[in-house]
Amino acid sequence: MTTIERPTRGFSDLAENDRVAGALYTDPEIFDEEMKKIFYRTWVWVAHESEIPEAGSFKTTQVGDQPVIVTRDRKGNFNTLLNRCRHRGATVCDQRSGKANGFTCPYHNWSYTLDGRLRGIPYPDGYEGVVDKNDFPLQKLRTESYLGMIWATFDQDIEPLEEFLGDAKIWMERFLKQSNGFPTKVLGAHKFRFKGNWKIQLENTTDGYHFPMVHKSWMASVDAETANMMSFMDDPAAETHALGNGHSVAIMAAAHADLDVDNGDEEIQPRFQHLVDELEQAGESPERIRRYMRSMHGCGFNLNMFPNIAMSSSFFRVLVPISVDVTEVWHMAIGMDGGPESINRERLRIHEHFQGPFGFGSPDDAEGWDRVQIGAGGNPNMPILVNRGQNREYTTEEGWPTSHVTDETGMRESYDMWKRMMSDV
Amino acid sequence: MSDVLTFTDTRVLRAIQLVWQEAAVLDAKDYVAWESMYTDDAMYVIPIDPDTDDFASSLNMVYDDKRMRSLRVQRMMQGYAPSAVAAARTVRIVSRFTVEEVDDDAVILRSAQILNAFKRDAFSTIGAEMTHRIALSDDGDKIALKVARLIDSEDAVSASGYLL
Ligand code: FES
Ligand SMILES: [Fe+2]
Repeated sequence: MTTIERPTRGFSDLAENDRVAGALYTDPEIFDEEMKKIFYRTWVWVAHESEIPEAGSFKTTQVGDQPVIVTRDRKGNFNTLLNRCRHRGATVCDQRSGKANGFTCPYHNWSYTLDGRLRGIPYPDGYEGVVDKNDFPLQKLRTESYLGMIWATFDQDIEPLEEFLGDAKIWMERFLKQSNGFPTKVLGAHKFRFKGNWKIQLENTTDGYHFPMVHKSWMASVDAETANMMSFMDDPAAETHALGNGHSVAIMAAAHADLDVDNGDEEIQPRFQHLVDELEQAGESPERIRRYMRSMHGCGFNLNMFPNIAMSSSFFRVLVPISVDVTEVWHMAIGMDGGPESINRERLRIHEHFQGPFGFGSPDDAEGWDRVQIGAGGNPNMPILVNRGQNREYTTEEGWPTSHVTDETGMRESYDMWKRMMSDV
Repeated sequence: MSDVLTFTDTRVLRAIQLVWQEAAVLDAKDYVAWESMYTDDAMYVIPIDPDTDDFASSLNMVYDDKRMRSLRVQRMMQGYAPSAVAAARTVRIVSRFTVEEVDDDAVILRSAQILNAFKRDAFSTIGAEMTHRIALSDDGDKIALKVARLIDSEDAVSASGYLL
């Protein structure tokens, strides 16, 4: 087997079109360079608008490895602020989320507004003629939102968010149709860590190939209709498209890819009968009920947006790089803001069944990822293959390189972006 | 009722004994025995929100009725789930009991659990506040409710194939 030599300068040579070096998962220097060249230079997803619903709402997260606060200010604008006091560098907020009028650093009580301005310094006489408050706001990242999804970037000169998202936008719109016309709302998050590199999880979202093997136990636990819906291995309509800029979409259940399109073939699953009865009682129309029930399965595809966010089936999947060999994953359950509560509850149950540290699916993914990390440390120059389906890849009229959902077209797209960004000087 | 009386109350002792037995059964990964320790209408919950009692309307790590418990046991035993096959070994201690309620039909106990897990050269420790409702019966006492509130439930929790 060929190996890939570690270059003496720059790491972009470690990724080729059909293979990448194992060192991409294990080399701490590569991780540091990824932070600089990828995570500080591109749009990184930070929040869904429903997580910070009102003026004063905030959540804390990371952009790359740096701590940030995402806020909604009095004017309703979204801000992403580096969580680092301008005095001596303490974090100014250590809560996961909440509501605040501003942030007061606990160390010497410098206080900041929701949009990061330095509002007050205690005992200010020592600073007269020394510090002008206008010069020391919290560092502010550029922040833009599209369809309720908020991204931030350290790079003030980057292309507009919508340009970066490009053809992923079409799929974002389709994904959000599962909210049935109501605003989408984050209902809760499962968070877990695995001992592996962030790109192992990045690859996984559009990896249909692992599904029947790794998730055999989940498949055995669901009803025949659900299992049938997820048996995409031999379904030629199940495809993966590369969408550009590292983004890709893996379509598992083509009949659900656009919920506005219903050919009427699909039976409503008996396990939802109690909901159907309830909605009928409440006077909902048969069409509306059918639409609700079909949306319960999510969107039928996984949309991967480089570098850290996926819209997957019926949840958001966020990856947070912690170190070269530790990654945090958030699976955020989504529902409708409005509409029948019983449907949101059912969605929670479906989410719990697969996701989370005690779900029937996530722990099995994590088991595979942990092993990739350990195994990749055995000869890190030996390549990781991402060549499945190269023989059957074609380009659609939209210009999307495409192959079967079990193929590695999505990963090739991610690594193409990785390579482009890592070779930038 | 004073504390001394509570802990000499045989109904409470029976309940504590069952909680300890459950811990032993889970450490032994005897999931068939574990399943039979629950009443038919019991719920087994590991919530994320540390403050909620409205589990049905919240996202949980585990929210199992009888059907889901049975599916879970099948999953743990059938050998298809890589994480269950490679599950960590565990030793758990349940103690610091307090008695919330006691009558001839049921006892509600709170307790603290420290679980030590070992897998692939790594030890991990999980801390949890537990609530058990034990249904007392001459035919054998059973668990009617179990809530395990992890002290880090809102942060990244890593499970290694075992149950709490
Ligand atoms: S470090 Fe924040 S006020 Fe001093
Ligand atoms: Fe998976």
